Amino acid sequence: MSVLRSALIPLIAVTLALVVGAILIATSGSSPVEAYSALIEGSFFGWESFGTTLEKATPLIMGGLAVAFAFKAGLFNIGGQGQLLFGALIAGAVGYGFTGLPWIIHMPLALLLGAVAGAAWGAIPGILKATRGAHEVITTIMLNFVAANMAEWLATKVWRKEGDILVRTPIIEDSAEIPTWGHVPLGFFIAVAFALAIWFLLQRTTFGFEIRSVGLNPSAAGYAGISVKRIIVLTMTISGFLAAIGGSIETLGIVGRYEPGVNAGLGFDGITIALLARTHPIAVIPAAILIAAMNASASLMQFKAGVAPEIVDVIEALILLFVATPIIVRWFVKSRQDDGVSVGATWGST
Amino acid sequence: MTTLAGRLVRYRWWLVVIIGITAFTLFTGDFRLDPTTAILAATLRHSTPLVLGAMCGILSERSGVVNIGIEGQMLMSAFAGFMVASGSQSLLMGVAAGITVGALMGAALAGLSVTLKGDQIIAGTVLNIAAVGLTSFFFTQGRSLPGKTPIIRLGPLADLPVIGKVFFINPPITYVSLLLVVALWYALFRTTWGLHTRAVGEHPSAAETVGISVVRMRYLNLILGGAIAGLAGAYLSLEAVGSFERGMTNGKGFVALAVMIFGRWNPVGAWGAALLFGYTNAIQTQFQFRGWFTDHPQFVGMLPFIVTIIVLAGFVGRARPPASLGQPYDRE
Amino acid sequence: MTAVQAPLALEAIGVTKRFGSITANDDVDLQVEAGTVHALLGENGAGKSTLVNILFGLYHADEGEIRVAGKPVRMDSPRDAIAHRIGMVHQHFQLVPVLTVAENVVLGQEPTRGRGVLDLDAAAAEVTRLAERYGLDVDPRAVLEDLPVGTQQRVEILRSLYRQADVLILDEPTAVLTPQETDQLLGVLRGLAAEGVAVVFITHKLREVLAIADRVTVMRHGRVVGSTDPAETDEAGLAEMMVGRSVVLRVPKSAARPGDPVLSIDGLCVQDDRGRPAVDDLDLEVRSGEIFGIAGVEGNGQRELVEAITGLRDVLDGSIRVNGTELAGHRPREISELGVAHVPEDREKHGLIAAHSIADNLVLNRYHRPPFARRGVRQPAAIDDEARHLVERFDIRTASIDAPARSLSGGNKQKVIAAREFSHGAPLLVAAQPTRGIDVGSIEFVHRQLIEQRDRGVGVLLVSAELDEILSLSDRIGVIYRGRLVIVADAADLDRAHIGRLMLSGSDQPA
Repeated sequence: MSVLRSALIPLIAVTLALVVGAILIATSGSSPVEAYSALIEGSFFGWESFGTTLEKATPLIMGGLAVAFAFKAGLFNIGGQGQLLFGALIAGAVGYGFTGLPWIIHMPLALLLGAVAGAAWGAIPGILKATRGAHEVITTIMLNFVAANMAEWLATKVWRKEGDILVRTPIIEDSAEIPTWGHVPLGFFIAVAFALAIWFLLQRTTFGFEIRSVGLNPSAAGYAGISVKRIIVLTMTISGFLAAIGGSIETLGIVGRYEPGVNAGLGFDGITIALLARTHPIAVIPAAILIAAMNASASLMQFKAGVAPEIVDVIEALILLFVATPIIVRWFVKSRQDDGVSVGATWGST
Repeated sequence: MTTLAGRLVRYRWWLVVIIGITAFTLFTGDFRLDPTTAILAATLRHSTPLVLGAMCGILSERSGVVNIGIEGQMLMSAFAGFMVASGSQSLLMGVAAGITVGALMGAALAGLSVTLKGDQIIAGTVLNIAAVGLTSFFFTQGRSLPGKTPIIRLGPLADLPVIGKVFFINPPITYVSLLLVVALWYALFRTTWGLHTRAVGEHPSAAETVGISVVRMRYLNLILGGAIAGLAGAYLSLEAVGSFERGMTNGKGFVALAVMIFGRWNPVGAWGAALLFGYTNAIQTQFQFRGWFTDHPQFVGMLPFIVTIIVLAGFVGRARPPASLGQPYDRE
Repeated sequence: MTAVQAPLALEAIGVTKRFGSITANDDVDLQVEAGTVHALLGENGAGKSTLVNILFGLYHADEGEIRVAGKPVRMDSPRDAIAHRIGMVHQHFQLVPVLTVAENVVLGQEPTRGRGVLDLDAAAAEVTRLAERYGLDVDPRAVLEDLPVGTQQRVEILRSLYRQADVLILDEPTAVLTPQETDQLLGVLRGLAAEGVAVVFITHKLREVLAIADRVTVMRHGRVVGSTDPAETDEAGLAEMMVGRSVVLRVPKSAARPGDPVLSIDGLCVQDDRGRPAVDDLDLEVRSGEIFGIAGVEGNGQRELVEAITGLRDVLDGSIRVNGTELAGHRPREISELGVAHVPEDREKHGLIAAHSIADNLVLNRYHRPPFARRGVRQPAAIDDEARHLVERFDIRTASIDAPARSLSGGNKQKVIAAREFSHGAPLLVAAQPTRGIDVGSIEFVHRQLIEQRDRGVGVLLVSAELDEILSLSDRIGVIYRGRLVIVADAADLDRAHIGRLMLSGSDQPA
């Protein structure tokens, strides 16, 4: 029963956002009914569409997990974009750079090295926050920009195929690919496995208890013997790792190479999903599928109802708005005080 | 009372930085007057949106509210300014639109964080994401402005060597930003409004006890700050670039936060910090002229962001933000 | 009895205030005459603070009426209260630390040079004038946070006087003062009453009531149980009104049988948050089976001393040894494992994680060790067993061990912390302000537990701002002043006045 109650706020938020979205669609001259039916059709009808939805959901699950995991420690990781870039890039580099390796080694190697790169990129703001008190909101966003520049340089100067005009890495070897079963990508199941693992980590291990304690009351956690600085660094590192897995899967399972711009916006989607899931690792899965469904059918909505595809961005922004300020939604539902962590209270403090 | 000598000793690191930058500038300018002046003038102009953004941040944070949404405010205002100016073919109306949009977003942030007591950082992030989504959705190609805002020469002052070209030959919003720095400094430290603002930011219940309305002060400051951020956005599309591009703020709203912290929540300090960051932008063009790093432009592009991180890591721990920052105020 | 009766300066009639299911004020009446000192007496949680917050416009009463100078008034906010010439001195000062004294006093009613421009010189002059008139010595240009607590309190009083208060309400004003500063303050209050101000002060200290109050109103559990002239009663009588039964004012205890030293501190030097010396070459020894109480005004280094012992603050110089093992340089968890249990001063901030369950909080110091966790994986069954056992043994009132800790009352929260730390098995127990802000029943409980620990051979280091607590529990007492112990003696050899002098000035000479 309490599962339903917790789901109530996100459900209402999504409904409200869809209603406002319908109004926006109508004002731009199209029919909301046509648009929304295209939405459902494009994302769920038929194995191919469903497969595409799951495919798109995969990096979103990882992005949402990354943000949700950091939230548990009271950290706001907006650097998913940059961490993911490195995951995608390094996975692509390892994917094409090694020949002759068996799949059972090559694919996990590419996946993990990409993830390690992202973990390192997440560790940087973690260390800066733990040792210097630099708030991770700014440092992670700055690192996103730095990552974009670095990735572009690497993909242009270092890892580009001779003679290729476009900025991208070469296609990966077959032995590095993440296969699909029919239309369903294996990467999706990797993401689900990670979601389950993170849930177990948070709820059942002492490490997870320490992370949650730091998020709820860093002073008391410190008193209880938990090293708050250590937790901050480790949490950001793991968060970066998770986001980068998303990027790696994107490269190894979907695109087949690293291309800049392919992953644009995924970092922010991660925030929406994490909040929609109320930072619960398992709930990230349905939340990601919802957002993926909208992204997957954006072009179909344009084709069938003449709506600009960016309407999806607007609806997602609205979902975020309504889910991030639950008090609005609580006008419709009476529920108890939310004991969520406060990200804002740590601004400017060590 | 600190003596001049005492002040010099305390700020000796600043002196090192200034001397270092001066030397480097002369070097890139080939020790000629014109390029050096050009760099300095570009520094001032690049610093304009940053100091305006920082002042928006100062207004909110001095009254106790974190404003992460400056980036979104600037983007929306740049967009609104451009759309209105291209539609009405009047730059003045465009600027007014930008200011209004910024103020409205400030009010929205106030509603979310002061009245609804939501987490302030999430509220700001929501505004940023909403801005990206809405500007992308509503932007239509093919519109154009009747030119950018004109450069105004301030009479005989403009003929002074170096200083004249840097300070007295500028477009209007740049001038306004300089005036605002002085005005905000005075208001914050010499008027009752400023005292009330600082009290609200440091100890809201103390302010409430003597009859100051914390809610009213925060709303007022967030709206004023939003208007200033709106001016920054209008600057970007109507004065600096002359058109609108998706995502044209490119992180300036966040750099403005670093500027604010670096400047210790003081308008004059923020202006100094903004100049430093503006310099990193101005230098990029100079690198291009001189042919440095042309093969690897990305490293130059990274520069402002890396400087921001270094500044934050070096200075936040030592800077002391207003005590009630980030905590929603609850009367009962 | 005179025929003409002046209207009451301040009056509350039938005031009722509820917070959810708790009735903080239940049909409360209060009558304060101008030019008198009226004490509002009651134990923690009796409703005194709620009542005065209503009188000052910070809360709104659900029922009832307030009258100022005989006329009913509506108080929607402190602004209204100030307009009606009511001033308040809060328990947690409502002053802005980074502003100067003058800025704090005039805040909200600043003298200006036209159009909002501050006139700070006029402000300073006015503050000096008021200070001299009422005998409250302050420097208007000093920054507030640099001033000692007693002086800061004077600034808060000045703020009300600046606004020409006819009624001055003080909420537990002597909680942070030494006995000598308390006497000074009480003198100031009598002086204000002599000038016609109606003074209302909240306290739970019977001695103060008897010292200066013209009238005392006693509250218990949200109701007024009586209002009388203190001259017609005594400490015991007041205590009985306060608690509703005969109160044992001192906990019975047998003589101590101290053993070998458990805690040895030599030449300890610790800095405060701003890099200034807080603990300055301090020596201290606590033996097993004794309670060593540290008396001192807050801000003389006790907090930093406790933090250094428990590993939350770096040691600059000197050594801290528990049973021979050096603690300095170790992290809190290691120190805990080396045998130090700790009841922290700020239980909300440091003692509990309010959103975690009571069970989790009960094992907060041992959650990582077997049987509560094996190889990093938690064992919920073992945690629940221990939790149930502790809840029963320490009589913690709660519906379920899975309820979040924040659902507990203050006294029960402290019991959770006590349960956790007292079953630690550690040879040294550091208890900092262990009974702050909890009800009398829980206070008795904690005191009895401390004595029981001591009887079991634990060495107890007790730090408290409540001199009565120190006097009643300690076997040996040390007075801390400016970072060192200026005296260490058996409790029997010291009396209040002596300790008070030492707390205030560090020396035996009268202040």
